[in-house]
Amino acid sequence: MAYAASAPARSSLRSSERTRRAALDLGLFLAVLAVLWAAWEAFKAIGEATGLRVGQFEVNDRTLPHLHDVVGILFEPSRRNGPLLIGVLWDAALFTAKEAAVGFVLGALFGFALGAVLAHSGLLQRGFLPYIVASQTIPILAVAPMVVVWVNPRLPEGLKDWGAVSVIAAYLTFFPVTINTLRGLTSVDPRALELMRSYAAGSWRVLWKLRVPAALPFIFAALKIAAPASVVGAIIGELPASIQSGLGGAILNFNQYYISAPTRLWATNLIAALLGISFFLVVLLAERLVVRRAPEHVA
Amino acid sequence: MSASEPVVSLREVTKTFQAGDLTALQSIDLDVRPGELVSLIGPSGCGKSTLLRVIGDLVEPSSGEVVVNGKRARQARQDGDYGIVFQDPVLYDWRTVAKNISLPLELLGWSKARRTERVDELLALVELQGFGGHHPWQLSGGMQQRVSIARALSFSPALLLMDEPFGALDEMTRERLNAELLRIWEASGSTIVFVTHSIAEAVFLSSRVVVMSRRPGRIAAIVEIDLPQPRNADTREEPHFFELVTAVRDRLREGGLDEDRTAPDEGELLVGEGTP
Amino acid sequence: MRRARRLALEWLPAAAVFVGGIVFWEAIVRGFAIDDFLLPAPSDIAETLRNDWSELWSAAFFTFREALAGFVIGCAAGFVAAAAIARYTLLRTAVMPYAIAAGAVPIIAFAPITNNWFGVTGMSSKIAIAAILCFFPMLVNTMKGLTSVPASSIELMHSYAASELTVFRRVRLPSSLPYVFTGLKVGTVLAMIGAIVGDYFGGAPGALGVEIRRWVGIFAFDQAWAGIVLASALGIVFYGSVALIERLAMGWHPSIRGAGAE
Repeated sequence: MAYAASAPARSSLRSSERTRRAALDLGLFLAVLAVLWAAWEAFKAIGEATGLRVGQFEVNDRTLPHLHDVVGILFEPSRRNGPLLIGVLWDAALFTAKEAAVGFVLGALFGFALGAVLAHSGLLQRGFLPYIVASQTIPILAVAPMVVVWVNPRLPEGLKDWGAVSVIAAYLTFFPVTINTLRGLTSVDPRALELMRSYAAGSWRVLWKLRVPAALPFIFAALKIAAPASVVGAIIGELPASIQSGLGGAILNFNQYYISAPTRLWATNLIAALLGISFFLVVLLAERLVVRRAPEHVA
Repeated sequence: MSASEPVVSLREVTKTFQAGDLTALQSIDLDVRPGELVSLIGPSGCGKSTLLRVIGDLVEPSSGEVVVNGKRARQARQDGDYGIVFQDPVLYDWRTVAKNISLPLELLGWSKARRTERVDELLALVELQGFGGHHPWQLSGGMQQRVSIARALSFSPALLLMDEPFGALDEMTRERLNAELLRIWEASGSTIVFVTHSIAEAVFLSSRVVVMSRRPGRIAAIVEIDLPQPRNADTREEPHFFELVTAVRDRLREGGLDEDRTAPDEGELLVGEGTP
Repeated sequence: MRRARRLALEWLPAAAVFVGGIVFWEAIVRGFAIDDFLLPAPSDIAETLRNDWSELWSAAFFTFREALAGFVIGCAAGFVAAAAIARYTLLRTAVMPYAIAAGAVPIIAFAPITNNWFGVTGMSSKIAIAAILCFFPMLVNTMKGLTSVPASSIELMHSYAASELTVFRRVRLPSSLPYVFTGLKVGTVLAMIGAIVGDYFGGAPGALGVEIRRWVGIFAFDQAWAGIVLASALGIVFYGSVALIERLAMGWHPSIRGAGAE
């Protein structure tokens, strides 16, 4: 069925039908994974056989390693007599995750507060919104060294090394949250507002009992974008801060040795990708739990 | 096709959804004569919208025969033998009113000159002269529906299918558009199959009212409306009008007015199964 | 005349904030004698821009060209892919989770690999990263747009026995425009970020990211900040151009004509 609209609402299907569809979805997911892997290997095989070139790029084990090699290298030591690569990257990922999580929380809270403030005044919106949008055009990486120098000395001992990175992560996080909080809080049905006013509810009450639940779907949509963005911010932020313990440092490190051991950098990318996806899934899970309790129908 | 042959002929039409679990239409037999205005009325979920779509070959029947304009329904659709109007006017915001009306004509390959001429005719027919250059959002709901009707009539089809076209409008606009529709019907000479929820509307507009039972949808009764034409606002106050309304209401009650609340909504079914 | 006045009034608060912001910034920096490195005064930045304009501009423009090329390639590819995939429901439901997951991946971490592919000093590696960054949001947004057509509209088209191609051209494409422009606007920002951050892993000597790093390294903070301001300004112009085109192309859309605004 070409372009068919989405399937009938899940609630109207019997549970056996639901499990059947879930199994089909999973099957489809794995099938696509297999197809992608096959396509990779096929492209590699054909490229090497025909000597495909695009500018400087040619297909070989250095530019396009076998995917099983990339996964395999995780289970080898990253240096002589050292720990397995996967152990090293796991620690690095946790370190980056810590920075990203703190940055995410900071950014989300700030974004929410900013969005809530703006929601109350059209004047404030027209005045500040262009600059909030413009803030994302500032190349954060270029500003990062300054942020590091300014923030780190002002932090307590435990946070001194990586606190600035969280600030950078927060910078990439707050924007989508602000925009969507604003949209969500102002998306309330005017009749619902009138109802609240008929109860003589103060604007604080209206905010929490009406606008926020209405804004939740929007806010979660933003959090789903912001969570991976905080990971990106953390990785980028580590670079100028010269932090060795995180994924950013690992990338720089393995980049240096790319010629001799290309698969290590690929493996690092794989772990970074998994980190970003897991942050996304955490928010997705939270959305399933929270929004189901909210009485609003998710648009 | 001679004048006495029905424009629409349904024989034992049945439609089931969800692999036979749900019967929307059960053995429908119906003929619509040329020039008639026939209403389909029934409780929610009785299949009237599905029946309309079966006639228009937008939904395939599970069994039975559908003949439109002397051809199989699919052929009739491909030949452009009918125009359809939905409850939602389905106008495209990026086109002006005139261009919205001329859309089917563009698809049929009419020349620009011919299209312009026809659009002007139609704007006059639905009394929207001067609004050709407007955009849909600049028009009221009632005006938008008139544009939708103009579009449906643009290629002068033999048959007009209407699915609760005035359902979203207020009572007064509705009554006014009912009168408009009768005028347009007379001027264009088309045959109309009209789905509605409103008994008064059905009685006011139709030559015959087809009353459907609740799911599985069968034809519970057909009520002949012998009110004289032309009908107008006064018609609604005649005693015979009320008698007919009562008659239709009684037939509806016999067929079961209650909605089947546990079953999926008809609209949901139509979307879920996908249109051909 | 009335429309011009209304437009002016709409932008007045933003203009006021701009002027106020600049004044505030200048006052803070002078008043607290803030270190040159951390944040120079607007007047200093303006002076540096004037003095070193050609050097700053060529660096900024170089990077902008990388971003633009990546943007065009990535968005075009994303659009075409979405147009091809959206047609087949099975393909669409299969691909969607992957497209969304790809948006969660820190693609910028791939920059060192594209550097190894295309060489560090050429434009190609940054163009590649910018293109990859733009591809996925464009894919997701375009797919959403092409399938956002209400069922009644499709039924109408079927009643005309219109072909798939006709439906695509006349209905799906125009109604997907708002989503496509969202994807494009997101792309402008991502492409610039990609080009500049990509430089951090190594880039051409004349590229902005590389130059800023170099200036910071030799304590030429005025240039560094001027470079940052210029990059930001280019990003804003880039985004604004797309927003302007959106306004012109979609005058009919509720979000543009202000219906139900706020």
